[in-house]
Amino acid sequence: MCDVCGCGDPNIVSEEIHERILSENDRIAGHNREHFARLGMLAINLMGSPGAGKTALLEATRRAAPELRLAAVSGDLATDNDAERLRRAGIPAQTITTGTACHLDASLVHHALHHAGEEPVDVFVIENVGNLVCPAIYDLGQRFNVVALSVTEGPDKPLKYPVMFRAADLVVLTKTDLLPHVPDVDPERIRAALARVMPEPRMLCVSATTGEGVAEWVRWLRNPSGFDHATERPSPDGWLGQADPSSPCETTRLATTGRGE
Amino acid sequence: MHEYSIAASLLRQAEEHAQKHAASRVVRLEICVGELAGVEVPLLETAWSLVRERSLCGDASLAVRRQPARWECGRCGEPVARGLALRCERCGAPARLVEGDELVLERIEMEVA
Repeated sequence: MCDVCGCGDPNIVSEEIHERILSENDRIAGHNREHFARLGMLAINLMGSPGAGKTALLEATRRAAPELRLAAVSGDLATDNDAERLRRAGIPAQTITTGTACHLDASLVHHALHHAGEEPVDVFVIENVGNLVCPAIYDLGQRFNVVALSVTEGPDKPLKYPVMFRAADLVVLTKTDLLPHVPDVDPERIRAALARVMPEPRMLCVSATTGEGVAEWVRWLRNPSGFDHATERPSPDGWLGQADPSSPCETTRLATTGRGE
Repeated sequence: MHEYSIAASLLRQAEEHAQKHAASRVVRLEICVGELAGVEVPLLETAWSLVRERSLCGDASLAVRRQPARWECGRCGEPVARGLALRCERCGAPARLVEGDELVLERIEMEVA
């Protein structure tokens, strides 16, 4: 009943809220973040298209740096394939089966952490569901977002998926050994596209097949905040500079175009 | 297609506020969706019309305010144009997003006894 005159009309209350719709996810993500910090783990949310090479990147990481203690959870709609590959590579890993869900959220990761092993871990990788749209908006409690982008996906992906690439702290351009077969894909065009959606376009070029660039990626994992993207070496200031002719991106491109000879 | 999960979060959030006020039903929600929030408004509206069924929000309307993205220099505050590299033309520092990534419940209207 109306509380002004008692006329029987419904009493409508209007309340200002100003609360993030994903605030409950954010709360659980904060809990996950405390968990990772307490155990001294660097938590990475690894995203990218299906087939971008996320699992292969982790396998190559393990081969290049067996002393780096990795662990992972892999989001997958229906199979255990990725986690199985990682376990075969020597990385403790479990699957988060998402069913029809196209992304991981903080709650799914939180449940998975309850089943994670007790061994000390340096880098905990949350391998997200292959998708360049949905995973971008869910905080999982990670320290850094890494997006794997393969050279065969074309040079304009950053412009097509600005939300994902804006969320990225680092883009790993994968499958660079295939660059000779995709002549219209130039890593510098991808870097230029990234600069239009990512204020600090940090990109590393990696081939899990040949191992090129994996050492730089491992250096980044060991010290993400202090990594100098101008020289692809650890540095105290970590400020982005221009592309370095000696970087794997550049050497691959120059070799591909013949200008490096 | 994550708009259903966002609509479900919105429903839970609205019902919590409604229960706090002992409301008999929610009449209207106002939300803000930024251009870079990663949410397609028509899909969210469709999802909302489905998830609200048989709840306190059963006939609650959803008013969506869209917020365009706006960038400025993270160092000197100069506006940074979209469509080009996100760097300040004046001092060269990286841009920062001032607004445009919001996904916020702004206001709720509910009927109380």
